[in-house]
Amino acid sequence: MSEYRTVVGLEVHVQLLTISKLFCGCSVTFGQPPNSAVCPVCLGMPGVLPVMNQKAFELALRAALALNCQIAPYTKWDRKNYYYPDLPKNFQISQYDLPFSFEGYLDIPASLDQPSKRVGLFRAHLEEDAGKSMHDESGQGGSTKVDLNRAGTPLLEIVSKPEIHSAEDARAYLEELRLLLKEAGISDCEMQEGSLRCDANVNIHIPQADGSFIATPIVEVKNLNSFRAVERSIRYEAMRQMEQYQKDGKKMGEVSKCTAGWDDARGVTIVQRRKEEASDYRYFPEPDLAPIRITAEMLERAKASLGELPHQARARLQADFGLGIYDADLLVRMGRAITAYFEKVVSAGADAKSACNWVANQVLTTLNESKSTIDQYPLTPGILAGLVVEVQKSGLNMQRAREVYGAMLADGVDAKTAIQKLGFVAVADEAALAEMIRKAMAANPKAVSDFKAGKIKAADSLKGAVMKETKGMAKADLLQKILLDELNKV
Amino acid sequence: MSLTADQVRWVAHLSRLKLSEAEVAQMTPQLASIVGYVDQLQKINTEGVKPLYHALEQVNVFRPDALGTSLSPEEALANAPERLGNFFQVPAVLD
Repeated sequence: MSEYRTVVGLEVHVQLLTISKLFCGCSVTFGQPPNSAVCPVCLGMPGVLPVMNQKAFELALRAALALNCQIAPYTKWDRKNYYYPDLPKNFQISQYDLPFSFEGYLDIPASLDQPSKRVGLFRAHLEEDAGKSMHDESGQGGSTKVDLNRAGTPLLEIVSKPEIHSAEDARAYLEELRLLLKEAGISDCEMQEGSLRCDANVNIHIPQADGSFIATPIVEVKNLNSFRAVERSIRYEAMRQMEQYQKDGKKMGEVSKCTAGWDDARGVTIVQRRKEEASDYRYFPEPDLAPIRITAEMLERAKASLGELPHQARARLQADFGLGIYDADLLVRMGRAITAYFEKVVSAGADAKSACNWVANQVLTTLNESKSTIDQYPLTPGILAGLVVEVQKSGLNMQRAREVYGAMLADGVDAKTAIQKLGFVAVADEAALAEMIRKAMAANPKAVSDFKAGKIKAADSLKGAVMKETKGMAKADLLQKILLDELNKV
Repeated sequence: MSLTADQVRWVAHLSRLKLSEAEVAQMTPQLASIVGYVDQLQKINTEGVKPLYHALEQVNVFRPDALGTSLSPEEALANAPERLGNFFQVPAVLD
């Protein structure tokens, strides 16, 4: 029994895949020279008017549907007022009381050892990003530099309910969210470039003898720069709260919510300031931006743009190709393009399980090594299917099969040609194999007696000896069969 | 409508305004009279009236996702009190 229950809600911001900002035509490309992608609108000059980017709204709507959210028929934007040097207007255009979507969910997919878990979502709303502050880290109290290129970039904020109960689940939730958003073309979710950011609201429930529980004050953990940091920080923060509770006995509501920064190098959270109450932001409707009435046509278009979502693809790969949960998930995580390639390999005659292994291992390795994508991959699905079929037919072992694969890539030939060229002829002569096995048994009587004593594994060394003699060319399933026959004769 | 001096100080703080005590004393009744003026709205019977979320009747005003003209860094920084290279420079912010 665990001594407390971890309770986590995640706030995720993703940058939508537009080319221009939310309310003006400045570029959102990452890594431009400082203050070169700015204009009077995103600099907050007086007298300018923001106009909503249609693509940004469409992508946001697509995301909300993918996240099973309810869609508001009418939505508007609000000003969230606060002062910070990277916020040139002194307010952020965000959504307060009428977000365009709310009450959704995301399922953490099932794995081999646990069932799928549903995480509720409070809302998803569309807002603009702030600029970027760079603090002087000399420690001499120097100045802060501000780059406003990022100001006005379209962001979707996705707020989960506190329904995540472990650090591992938090990570799995983020991985599934990232996969979903990338696959549906909503965001590229590059954490290093800031197009996916995450804050974690963490507290713990401590069970009491009477069956009730005590909740500790919620801490919002920031500065999470990787999924691993999210995972580690939640684990640490839950432990820290347990220790804190044992020291001061403070419960939720007795101290105000606070913010903590994650120090990745030291592996600790550092509790910072009291969080200003929501009302301190003095939200009011953004008068310069027209509200949106979401039409049936807009919804239809968004639905049509979703494509096959990861959970649907997993289910289909299991149902249509007979793959297990693990393999289906493996393919889906590699993306739609690779999944489609796999399907073509199967239609070209390869069996699904082997095709999945080849795609997930060799093909992926080739793509990673050449830093290329599947559409640049030199072997057509038909050619790869030919390899899968040949390997099975000839009984080449994996090491030899990989050599054939390498030759196919290097020489641009099909599997049969590569096998001939390499001179790989499987040894499938039963009499010859039996002879080699008897020789191996004579040379290693201990393996034989071990096997007879019930150590099935002892047969492996005999098999290994034959493989060595045939330079790995013995037909594996035939060898296995004859070996057992010979051993049974003793 | 009455406002307390503390409420005025809090609003000033949120707006990053530094008010002297004399100014707080001066502002409190002034602000109270403005809020009081708007407060008349509370007396209106709004039963059966649909809430108005926005003053604009226009909806669905979009622009295509296309690049427009940005300013050069020189133009962007022209009004900056301080700059450091092509960055705006502000007093050290401790986060």
